[in-house]
Amino acid sequence: MKRKDFIKNAVAGVVLPAFFNGISLKALAGASLAHSLKHLMNDDKVLVLIQLAGGNDGLNTVIPIDQYDAYLAARTNIALPQDKLLRLNGFDKTALHPSLTELQQLFNNGKLGIVQSVSYPKPNFSHFRATDIWMTASNSDTVLNTGWAGRVLDNWYPKFPEAYPNATMPDPLAIQVGSVISSAFQGPAFSMGLAISNPNKFYNLIEGKTDVQSDTRWGEQINYIEEMSLKTDQYADVIKKAALKVTAQTDQYPAAGKNGLADQLKIVARLIGGGLKTKIYMVNMGGFDTHSNQTVDTDKTTGNHASLLKKLSEAVNAFMADLEYLQVKDKVMGITFSEFGRRIKSNASGGTDHGAAAPLFYFGHSVKGGVIGENPVLPATATVQDNVVMQHDFRSVYSSILQGWFGLPTNDIGTILPGQYNNLPIV
Amino acid sequence: MKIAPVTNSIKPYKGKWGTEQAAHLVRRTQFGAQWDDVLYFSSLSFKKAMKELFKNDDIVPAPPVNNYNDDKYTDEEIAAGQSWVTATKQSGMNVGRRKNSLRSWWVGQMLNQQRSLREKMVLFWHNHFSTEINKVDNATFSYKHNALLRQYALGNFREMLAAITVDPCMLKYLNGANNVKKAPDENYGRELQELFTVGKDKGSHYTEDDVKAAARVLTGFRIENKVLPDAHGQFEPNRHDTDDKQFSSFYNNTVIKGLKDKDGANELNALLDMILQQDEVSRFICRKLYRFFVYHDIDENTEQNVITPLAKTFRKNNFEIKPVLKQLFESRHFFDPNNRGAMIKGPVDFCVGLCRECNVVFPGDADYVYQYAHWYNIQYAAAQMQQNLGDPPNVAGWPAYYQVPVFDKIWINSDTLPKRNQFTDRMLTGGFARDKQKIVIDVVAYAKTFANPGDPDALIDECVQRLYSVPLPDKERLYMKQGILLSGLQGKMSDHYWTDAWTKLSDLTENVNRKDVTNKLKNLLQYLMALPQYQLC
Repeated sequence: MKRKDFIKNAVAGVVLPAFFNGISLKALAGASLAHSLKHLMNDDKVLVLIQLAGGNDGLNTVIPIDQYDAYLAARTNIALPQDKLLRLNGFDKTALHPSLTELQQLFNNGKLGIVQSVSYPKPNFSHFRATDIWMTASNSDTVLNTGWAGRVLDNWYPKFPEAYPNATMPDPLAIQVGSVISSAFQGPAFSMGLAISNPNKFYNLIEGKTDVQSDTRWGEQINYIEEMSLKTDQYADVIKKAALKVTAQTDQYPAAGKNGLADQLKIVARLIGGGLKTKIYMVNMGGFDTHSNQTVDTDKTTGNHASLLKKLSEAVNAFMADLEYLQVKDKVMGITFSEFGRRIKSNASGGTDHGAAAPLFYFGHSVKGGVIGENPVLPATATVQDNVVMQHDFRSVYSSILQGWFGLPTNDIGTILPGQYNNLPIV
Repeated sequence: MKIAPVTNSIKPYKGKWGTEQAAHLVRRTQFGAQWDDVLYFSSLSFKKAMKELFKNDDIVPAPPVNNYNDDKYTDEEIAAGQSWVTATKQSGMNVGRRKNSLRSWWVGQMLNQQRSLREKMVLFWHNHFSTEINKVDNATFSYKHNALLRQYALGNFREMLAAITVDPCMLKYLNGANNVKKAPDENYGRELQELFTVGKDKGSHYTEDDVKAAARVLTGFRIENKVLPDAHGQFEPNRHDTDDKQFSSFYNNTVIKGLKDKDGANELNALLDMILQQDEVSRFICRKLYRFFVYHDIDENTEQNVITPLAKTFRKNNFEIKPVLKQLFESRHFFDPNNRGAMIKGPVDFCVGLCRECNVVFPGDADYVYQYAHWYNIQYAAAQMQQNLGDPPNVAGWPAYYQVPVFDKIWINSDTLPKRNQFTDRMLTGGFARDKQKIVIDVVAYAKTFANPGDPDALIDECVQRLYSVPLPDKERLYMKQGILLSGLQGKMSDHYWTDAWTKLSDLTENVNRKDVTNKLKNLLQYLMALPQYQLC
């Protein structure tokens, strides 16, 4: 069987969700076999990936105020007023969207940093292809069948899934909060990730509740099937145990249901706080594909994009506070990423079209804050052809995390990422 | 858990007859709720719908063909694509291939079933008069047995019983062919009572001596197999025990008089008459029908108000099967909403039903090699979920239909539940492919059959209506809309993005959009089919 076919079949046959009380496990199997943990040096470190799906408008997120005139000219209909922009201590040339007050605080406290103009050579403008590139860390013109995080986990935890769970790694290797598991977790044959598809289901699981409470004939059958689902799931128990160890979390989260990203991160914090050894979490929020009506004309600090960024800011802030509350603050770092940025020049429908490079946030209580790189250079008269030019390959961000955060040797990184990348001073 | 009571009235249902009711009827009486069928039945009056359901003029299907020539074997007698049921020779090289051909073909009959009860009744009788294709090890016998089940599926139980008793497949499976006066083989004589007629519920009191006596009555039948396609049961007077046979008080101390020569075969009629005089037969069969079509648990109330009147109908109509089922399916009890979704789908129903519900297209007759291969994939999937069509675990059939107290819950365990989810996932993603012939759910084509697929709420509602027999919490609907259909889209909360994306589907230049819509539909269906609700019918 060809390798590609094998992967395809594995995806169809094994990896796809088997739902256990709605907790969808994308990969599971196995008995306890002895195995050797390779190169897992910083054993307690955790990475949280926040996907901003749709292509976040970087220029309205991190604004080059040293070129405010060019900025205003390029996107008059959506430009944020200069006096409303949030200033960054020690970085006078760069400012944040007015919605990002919490991220501004984190930045000024040295707990959040910005990597400027992240992309890759020959950027792709399709959501799906560009997302694939970010997830697999491939070059623009090559297709990889495994995800970058999947390859990392395969390096640390060989023989997944048959050798897992075991005493060294009793917990899921990676967890995705969201219905569709990210291709970033795809390993050589199996997805290395487990998905908690729906936050409601997570709370049902740990509280032993079911959605259906009906004293009907069918209600009784459903209860049985749900019970069986839990028994089937070898990870449900460890997730439940970890979650139950945490009896209180910070009160800074928005109310449940108000901010989907915060709801997801609250689960992640709880699992980390409960001692789950899971190395990588992925959460996501969508809606960044702002082709039109990105701002409200009468007050450009409001509108679709503003409310998305507000949610991001509140969610990350609450999560950071929670990590401290749960006394795990030094274990965790996170990044935000989006498949691409948007065009420099806005369009006539009050939005922006698919673009190239964009800034990326990284955060954590023990990261090195600051702005890495320079503001993008905006042309005096931007045309629809103009894009933000890449300063940093997104794979140097991955590489820096692997080396600086997880302590992975350079040789191993060479087998995970195609090519060699500069290390950025993020940790 | 205390379960709320249901209406136990067997009186004719006079309530609403709409899509919901028709869907319930179709889910229970066909393989899956193919939505065209639901709409068709609900468009008729209740009376006409029932008439349609019970019409017994389904065409006799064309028999299974030689799909099995390969690089190791070519059937010299039967040309590729021709039916092998007329073959005069069976060999070690072709018997296994023909058995698989038969298994595949049977699934094909289910996938292409008519809008009537017949095909599901074939499965009912297969579970009742169980034989195993592997044990019988003669594909022709097993095919003829299947044809017999099909012929009598909605016929007369007594006639069926007589035919089954001398059916070569059954004579071989339960050793009737070895039952001779010198050394009677009691196998069939026992199962005839324990499993096929009076059963072993509380009201059945046949004795071990009755088993022996019945075996002696049945001595003398053997398989006449000089010409394979004409194989049949034949009575041999010199193998028959001509003494009188004494039965117990359960059978009113009946003596079946020993008959000589050819007349010995008539003792079978006397035996069946004697057994069928026991009211317990009608009750036992009605309980089995009830468990197959309605619900596993028969409490005293159900026994008294449903089973007893059905059994009476069965006897009053001289063991005609149709009137009993008609009374059951037309009853208030059957249509009580609390009976909807009360059954866990059996694996065959689950697998075949999925294909029918989602309009999976199989290769046509001209591509019979691929057609059979894909039919076999479905058979195999169900077998992996513990229902190997054609080969029940033993003569008692599948435990889901008799094992107290678990019954249909036995289908769902830590091995089979993930397999069910993997099967629906697979049918939604890669499907099964052989060369260029592929079976897979075309999610876009499926959604196009909906009333209003561009409206995300309407789309989810119709999915739920079509795929579930039970309600779904609003929380789940909201999640499916926001977490799946509108995920990653601009202005996540506004429905029109889905509407726009759906509308743009017809624009073939919008490849990215097509892929996006397709993925979202797949994710939606994957989610729906992985919830416990999809396991119920």
